Amino acid sequence: MSDDVKKFMFVNTKAPYGTVYALESLEVVLISAAFDQDVSLAFCDDGVFQITKNQNTEGSGMKNFSPAYKALGDYDINKLYVEKESLEERGLTLDNLMDLTYEDEDDDWAEKPSIKLVTRAELADLMDQQDVVISS
Amino acid sequence: MKFTLLINEGPYQHQASDTAYQFAKAAIAKGHEIYRVFFYNDGVNNATRLAIPPQDDRNITENWAALAKEHDLDMVVCIAAAQRRGMLDADEAERQGKDAHNIHPAFRISGLGQLVEGGIQSDRLLTFGD
Repeated sequence: MSDDVKKFMFVNTKAPYGTVYALESLEVVLISAAFDQDVSLAFCDDGVFQITKNQNTEGSGMKNFSPAYKALGDYDINKLYVEKESLEERGLTLDNLMDLTYEDEDDDWAEKPSIKLVTRAELADLMDQQDVVISS
Repeated sequence: MKFTLLINEGPYQHQASDTAYQFAKAAIAKGHEIYRVFFYNDGVNNATRLAIPPQDDRNITENWAALAKEHDLDMVVCIAAAQRRGMLDADEAERQGKDAHNIHPAFRISGLGQLVEGGIQSDRLLTFGD
């Protein structure tokens, strides 16, 4: 990576459907992929619900945009940090989250998980390393 | 220092736009540069030219417009967020076959790439919102 690449982290703290923040944050993430930056996502607080499995919005009439997270790997966005404490506080485990993967071009295109479980303290360190943090 | 400001909340409902405006004025007064002001989420509503706030209250859109004129600020409204919420400039209204437009001429409509580019080009990107 060249020197002008910045580290962007998009921090998601809100549930996927009660407000528009999750959807519109994902739209920025997808655009950022076109700028060849070092992009990562963080999910904490109710934001962990954004990537839960088997989302069904039929009853609420909202658009179910969760399939779009599966495309992130194809855009070379493969660092999805999930805060361990936030999962636990909500009675969730990794098994409740979608299988989000990417193909590692440096490892014969092996399919690897994009989700990385981190502690609250580790997530704070990761944020500290960023050039740009955009949270909603 | 070079700043890009991201405003994610609408006017009057939320203080985000007011705080960003005060920050921009203070930063410019201290000799800093505002590279761009980007309006996203309900923040796009700050660009309406049709708001009529009570006379004894501030006019948020006109405040931004005056600051932009004085300091040649680049104020960008996200097109996707704006379209969803019925915010159109004259060109976009014509393109979409709508009979009205409501974006103040001090603002311009563009894509989310302008936000990412603001983050790349600036020393700091500051978010104003929840």
